[in-house]
Amino acid sequence: MTMTATTHRVREGKLARVAVGMARFTLTQPLGTLGLLFVLVMAAAALLADWAPYDPTAFDMSAMLAPPSREHWFGTDAFGRDIFTRVIYGARTALAIGFLSSLIGCTVGAILGVASAYFGGRIDLVIQRCVDILLSFPIIVLALVVVAMLGKRMVLGIDVNLVVAISLPIIPKVARVARAAALTIREMPYIDAARVAGFSHARIIFRHICPNIAAPYLIMFTAYIAQAILLEASLSFLGLGVTEPTPAWGLMLSGNAVEFYREAPWMILFPGLAITLAVFAFNLFGDSLRDWLDPKFKT
Amino acid sequence: MLSYVGYRLLLVVPTLVGVALLIFLMLRVLPGDVVEIKLRGDGGHVTQDVVERERHRLGLDKPMLTQLVNWMVGLARLDLGTSMWTGRPVAEEIGARLELSLQVAVMATLIAVLIAIPLGTLSALFKDSAVDYVVRIVTISGLALPSFWLGMLIILTLLYVFSWSPPITYTPFYQDPLANLAQLIWPALAVGYRYAAVVARMVRSSLIEVLREDYIRTARAKGIVPRLVVIRHALPNALLPAITVIGLEFAFLIGGLVVTEQVFNLNGIGKLFVQAVSRNDFTLIQGLVMLLAVIFVLVNLLVDLFYAVLDPRVRYR
Repeated sequence: MTMTATTHRVREGKLARVAVGMARFTLTQPLGTLGLLFVLVMAAAALLADWAPYDPTAFDMSAMLAPPSREHWFGTDAFGRDIFTRVIYGARTALAIGFLSSLIGCTVGAILGVASAYFGGRIDLVIQRCVDILLSFPIIVLALVVVAMLGKRMVLGIDVNLVVAISLPIIPKVARVARAAALTIREMPYIDAARVAGFSHARIIFRHICPNIAAPYLIMFTAYIAQAILLEASLSFLGLGVTEPTPAWGLMLSGNAVEFYREAPWMILFPGLAITLAVFAFNLFGDSLRDWLDPKFKT
Repeated sequence: MLSYVGYRLLLVVPTLVGVALLIFLMLRVLPGDVVEIKLRGDGGHVTQDVVERERHRLGLDKPMLTQLVNWMVGLARLDLGTSMWTGRPVAEEIGARLELSLQVAVMATLIAVLIAIPLGTLSALFKDSAVDYVVRIVTISGLALPSFWLGMLIILTLLYVFSWSPPITYTPFYQDPLANLAQLIWPALAVGYRYAAVVARMVRSSLIEVLREDYIRTARAKGIVPRLVVIRHALPNALLPAITVIGLEFAFLIGGLVVTEQVFNLNGIGKLFVQAVSRNDFTLIQGLVMLLAVIFVLVNLLVDLFYAVLDPRVRYR
């Protein structure tokens, strides 16, 4: 009886703490809240895309290149597909790929960086050399080569190889930051204490070091979602990322949009705006998250 | 100083060898090669025999190790081989397009620096004022605007407002400087905007930090004109991190070029790279990646050396 009461109170305390934290974030970081709001709107659009007014892939030859109107808010493309619907569905593609790529890139990068700092010596040297080499590739060049060579592999409607290609350039950058952060923690007395107590390397890394780099990890995770969305758009624009008929913002700016956008500017206006706003929102939120969690940290 | 230069040059070699190895392995380990696309790309039916003969001609049937040794030996002799698609020397293919891309890259960098330093300084000096907010919004949107979309918007604006389109055919600078600049300033702007935004943000944050230092207060207390305190005492120190960012962001600039060249229909390195990648032209991809890596490493080396010249502390570390 008392036990359940206590745990209940603890949980309530936690909930209250989260609520207070969120309220404080909203008050002190108005720009970040704006970014977060837009991110939430985008997530809602992605989740509710099936309720969009049209079929994103259905051709309508009677309404080709129609300007924005009451029927087609954002106009139609060269195949008569509704651009508003495709922008909404595009949010699904962009968020899924951006979120997954950033998650994989940041996690692998953080593990490599922490291992590099914790073990030091030869492991550090090898990992840092690899990081240097990866960093001397221009990001898009690395992603382009990987994506072109691997081809497509769809799992649950997401091109896994594209996600790998986009997360690859993120890894070395995160590894470098995580290493620097972990280096200072390694010298802390409590790490020595843990070592003296005979804890395993894995336990020290996951229980003692990782929680302490959670803040920079979260900040980088948000920031790299923005970059991943931008990179996905660029790759799709070049015809090597998401391919037809899947609706994706970068893809909507390529193909026959390039031929027709001078006569039908709405074809490129709205998808481009969507990319810009999405990246803007994640950057804004990420910046505020940084100021809030760790003012000294620089990405 | 000389020993510092030597040390940095030595560090470049293993990185470049690593890049050469990595790109080679990536291309060979991953499935697909140029012959498949060249002969069967259009759905045409070609016998396996013909495919094998073409592979043999291009040396793709040799053991991986032999191919690797050939590539590395060629690199050491500065020979990039011949394109597997066109059969022309890789150096020639690149050489024909390098001038255009380099010019756009240099122009974009100049634009970025010229915009970023005054903008960042203004924003830092008038922190939390209306000017600062405007600059911050302009710069943070610079990070969000895809350069290819910005390029399309620029073309649309020129078309609708000035009823003018940039020329399609490329005029070299030494032939007609004005026509050349009129064509290339737009792609340079499209890629330079992001660059300017990143550098301006860096100038702003480091200048704010420097302005809090004791020696700035001392300079002010001595009664030095405020303008001189900023220009002579604060800016030189604040610009150091900005210079590093200029070097690091150069990679982004190249990435921007790859997509922007498509929009402006410029036949440069970026377009060549996209072509090479979609055709699986191994030798051309390798050559281009090496070129970009060398440029990137050299730019960053220059930045570091410049840093060492400006800040004696770096040399003695």
